[in-house]
Amino acid sequence: MIAVENLNVFFGHGQTRNHAVKDVGFTVEKGESFGLVGESGSGKSTVLNCISGLLTHWKGRIEIDGVRLMQTRNMAFCRKVQMVFQDPYGSLHPRHTIDRTLKEPVKIHRLGDANNRVARVLDDVGLGAKFRFRFPHQLSGGQRQRVAVARALILDPEIILLDEPTSALDVSIQAEVLNLLQDIRREKNLTYILVSHDLAVVSHMCNRLLVMNRGKTVETITRNQLKSGAISEKYTTQLLVAGKGYDRTAIDQFQDFR
Amino acid sequence: MMTHKALKTGGMGEWLLADTPDSAFQAWAGRAYLGLMAFMKNRLAVLGLLIIAILIIIAVLAPVIAPYDPVETNIGNRLQPLSFTHYFGTDEMGRDIFSRIVWGSRLTLYVIGLVAIIAAPVGILVGTVAGYFGGIIDTMLMRITDIFLAFPKLILALAFVSALGPGIENAIIAISITSWPPYARIARAETITIRNSDFIKAVKLQGASALRIIAGHIMPLCLPSLIIRVTLDMAGIILTAAGLGFLGLGAQPPSPEWGAMTSSGRTYIIDHWWLITMPGTAIFIVSLAFNLLGDGLREVLDPRSDN
Repeated sequence: MIAVENLNVFFGHGQTRNHAVKDVGFTVEKGESFGLVGESGSGKSTVLNCISGLLTHWKGRIEIDGVRLMQTRNMAFCRKVQMVFQDPYGSLHPRHTIDRTLKEPVKIHRLGDANNRVARVLDDVGLGAKFRFRFPHQLSGGQRQRVAVARALILDPEIILLDEPTSALDVSIQAEVLNLLQDIRREKNLTYILVSHDLAVVSHMCNRLLVMNRGKTVETITRNQLKSGAISEKYTTQLLVAGKGYDRTAIDQFQDFR
Repeated sequence: MMTHKALKTGGMGEWLLADTPDSAFQAWAGRAYLGLMAFMKNRLAVLGLLIIAILIIIAVLAPVIAPYDPVETNIGNRLQPLSFTHYFGTDEMGRDIFSRIVWGSRLTLYVIGLVAIIAAPVGILVGTVAGYFGGIIDTMLMRITDIFLAFPKLILALAFVSALGPGIENAIIAISITSWPPYARIARAETITIRNSDFIKAVKLQGASALRIIAGHIMPLCLPSLIIRVTLDMAGIILTAAGLGFLGLGAQPPSPEWGAMTSSGRTYIIDHWWLITMPGTAIFIVSLAFNLLGDGLREVLDPRSDN
């Protein structure tokens, strides 16, 4: 359903030019949940922003349903691909009620029947009608992230791009939101691309994942490989160890992969 | 169980402060109510608002309040001191100063109202468009703004009035032309901090047009700081209008404009102090009231003091 080939992104010019994404490529099947994993600065979010169209100066080939995407996107693309952001405190307009935030996409696409759509989608993400006319500051982080998911769902997209959707939340809330995302994907047969630095989250959510380091592809592995530890690349092993928590002896052995 | 507060304010307070509002209007009203409560805590700001409210009432009821015609001259009755027949005395043409100040409040409100209506929207529009699009549009709009900012305000107003001819309408146009650039700068600075936030990215990904994003998502967040700035500028606008009046370039005689009154009274300042003191005090009180109100609004509306 999604195919990315030879994706390259540069930031800056001349001396300060930074090759942020180097020849990255992968494919995602319909209904699949695909993970992009790496440390901060590995370029994983940049890849996501290229697909979403927030970044326009990329080179390479991005296809959705066999149709090559241009740098600027049309309204049909917006209905097909939606995104959930990392920080639930920054992704909702502070002066708009939840109702207004959710009605906005319906108005933009002139879909009509806004009231029922909002009620339905709030129900889908497990928020009742009582949250509808609140402002974002009257909600908790987890509730805000549910609203962000609801906003992505209201246009009935086929693909949802998830940019670290739980890394700003408490551990207990993380599981709730992840389970919600899993349930919604199964129910609506959605395709996910999930960006995360947390291998535990990715192995919970995704059947395949791409490990990135300094803008380059390290390897593509399956969930089973990750669980059985059948990993060929040293970098991935190191990331796996790092994800298990702080261990002085382990960290002393870490190498800098370039 | 009803709390003490709910009992005191009755069902209305409960409705306003409901944790789970039933409609967008209720949510909005609750928010406005909380803002009002915060505003009421600032005594000086309430005083400022009260003075402005009184000014508006005086302006509306001028024909009822003023005991004499503000422009009718009576040479035989000139330069009378303060008395119960003429509360603030009479001027060099025998006109009742109290009546002139009461009628003059209309001119003052007319000037500041029109300047705010013209300058604030121009400023916010230029600022948000420049800030949102960036690049060449930003550079062009901001250089134009810089040109206007580079002129001393009163001098530029003087030049415009001299070109257009003296009169209160031209004074308003001149003041408006010189007072929008700071608003554009504020709106641009706010827009630049807002435009890269996730909620703007999200609405972009939903396919919103630039117009929708600027008008519906960015402008509401720029508005509070703009309202504060405009309120604080009101005092300056009154003074500029009075200054133009003083120089004979604003309202023309015999219209009872406060600045023009101080101007014509200045020749009598030694022997007949009330001619210049009364309109001067009126200008001072109203300017002070707007400054106090602006400070109070800053505390309520400033987005950084939210939550």
